[in-house]
Amino acid sequence: MATSSEPALIHARGLTKRFGAFTAVDAVDFDVAPGESFGFLGPNGAGKTSTVRMIGCVSPVTEGVLTVLGLDPAADSSRIKSRIGVVPQQDTLDMELTVRENLVIYGRYFDLSRREAGRRADELLEFVQLGERAKSQVEPLSGGMKRRLTIARSLINEPSLLLLDEPTTGLDPQARHLLWDRLYRLKQRGVTLVLTTHFMDEAEQLCDRLVVMDKAKIVAVGSPRELIEQYSTREVLELRFPADAAPTDGSIFDGVASRVEQLPDRVLLYADDGEAAAVVLHERGVRPETSLVRRSSLEDVFLRLTGRSLIE
Amino acid sequence: MTAALRVLEFNAMGYRRVWRGTLFSTFLSPVLFLAAMGLGLGAFVDQGGNGALGPFSYAAFLAPGLLAGQAMQTAGFESTYPIMGAIIWDRTYFGMLATPITVTGIVFGTLGWMAVRLAMVSTAFFIVMVAFGLVASPLGILSIGVGVMTGLAFAAPIMAFAATRKNDQAFSMIFRFGLTPMFLFSGTFFPIERLPARIQLLAEILPLHHGVALARHLCLGDAADRSDQVVHVVVLSAYIVAGTIAALITFRRTLVR
Ligand SMILES: Nc1ncnc2c1ncn2[C@@H]1O[C@H](COP(=O)(O)OP(=O)(O)O)[C@@H](O)[C@H]1O
Ligand SMILES: [Mg+2]
Repeated sequence: MATSSEPALIHARGLTKRFGAFTAVDAVDFDVAPGESFGFLGPNGAGKTSTVRMIGCVSPVTEGVLTVLGLDPAADSSRIKSRIGVVPQQDTLDMELTVRENLVIYGRYFDLSRREAGRRADELLEFVQLGERAKSQVEPLSGGMKRRLTIARSLINEPSLLLLDEPTTGLDPQARHLLWDRLYRLKQRGVTLVLTTHFMDEAEQLCDRLVVMDKAKIVAVGSPRELIEQYSTREVLELRFPADAAPTDGSIFDGVASRVEQLPDRVLLYADDGEAAAVVLHERGVRPETSLVRRSSLEDVFLRLTGRSLIE
Repeated sequence: MTAALRVLEFNAMGYRRVWRGTLFSTFLSPVLFLAAMGLGLGAFVDQGGNGALGPFSYAAFLAPGLLAGQAMQTAGFESTYPIMGAIIWDRTYFGMLATPITVTGIVFGTLGWMAVRLAMVSTAFFIVMVAFGLVASPLGILSIGVGVMTGLAFAAPIMAFAATRKNDQAFSMIFRFGLTPMFLFSGTFFPIERLPARIQLLAEILPLHHGVALARHLCLGDAADRSDQVVHVVVLSAYIVAGTIAALITFRRTLVR
């Protein structure tokens, strides 16, 4: 948790990014403390990438205050860049180079000697389990392997701060879990992680603290647990009805839950005791096709805050 | 400047894998050109001789022009598709900009690499010219530098343009309506004095003529009028400088948003 005694690694106040007349990031405030793992959760177009690109000093700040590692991106971008690692949303791997060369040349960009860049490249290839592909071209690698290579590349300068923009989007579950595991190890080594995602499970797995972003604004901040406690109930009762058999009159749900969300394909009833709610509804004659009680997630928080699902 | 060197190193790293393949064609092209046009066509021209070329054979007249023309072609290719591809397809420069590499480093490093490539093709061309016995003056070796300058005079502005493109549609136009006519009408095959006055003026404004004329004078050793040579160097330099400034602007506009 960020406390006032620790200087923030990233400090943003009224941070704004505009593209012409369009505001992609609208006066957001946040602080990231050293060693924490901080997330930006939000749907596509929320402004996550624009925010992270400003932190990475590749996109000029339009307005507001931003310091990264205590430095000003407008004045000290090279110094900041030399100390951070970046995993952009879209891979920027060099297709005409081999896997290992991709790492070595990146090390050279950070002014490492060839020998040192080579040593780190070999070490990082082991870390992301690509040692056997060192001499392979990049093109034939799977999506998960390319992502791991991008992460390895972002670590070549031994950064204390790592920016990850949608690190696992487009990967299959197995590839995601391997990636999460590597990120978790980095976190244990004390690397500060800043990541964006539109997967609530990713945010729950990886983030100590996160902000929920929607339409260029931050709508909530806290740990996953705090956010769920604050914006949702302990449990959720999910009901699915056969086609055309969904209750047309919402009043049938009155009094059984603190909040009801009627989505196109299901009804969500927010209650601290989902089982009890299900019993009451059964007594009222409600007969769903399936009925499931689960714990609240960040998805529910997002729904509550914005009225929409994270993934359309 | 270290940034530029690193960008140059990146290009060299990629080239290391393909150089063997390009080596053959780098030599083949001048051999074919000089054999067909220089010796074949040249013998024909020299026989009909009206003495317009003075003591030199047509092949010796033509070869330095072809060297400059080849530098232009190489530059034209290297500064169109690969530049747009690195921006749009591979996003290479965005990867670089996440590190201490700057836009300035990218522009100078990329031009630096083109200078290296141009030096390679011009050197190959020059070696073939020597082998064919077409270099009359020891100063001819400087035509390698002229090849580099001529190439850069095209590479810098074309690269500036390529960075503004979202697709490759315009590139074939550059070749069809720009480089190919320039190759034909810039004094490569016949002196521009034979052209109508207006077209001659146009040729004198465009860069290739200056590369051709300079390389020719150096190889033939007939540089009677020094001030002409200075003009050639100045014009080529002006294109390089203006193109580089334009590239710095367009690259920044495209890459930093
Ligand atoms: N370079 C740009 N020019 C114009 N609009 C942009 C640019 N980059 C992003 N945007 C717009 O800004 C908004 C936020 O985009 P982004 O930061 O990529 O969101 P996210 O990463 O959360 O999906 C989107 O509406 C997007 O279209
Ligand atoms: Mg994004």
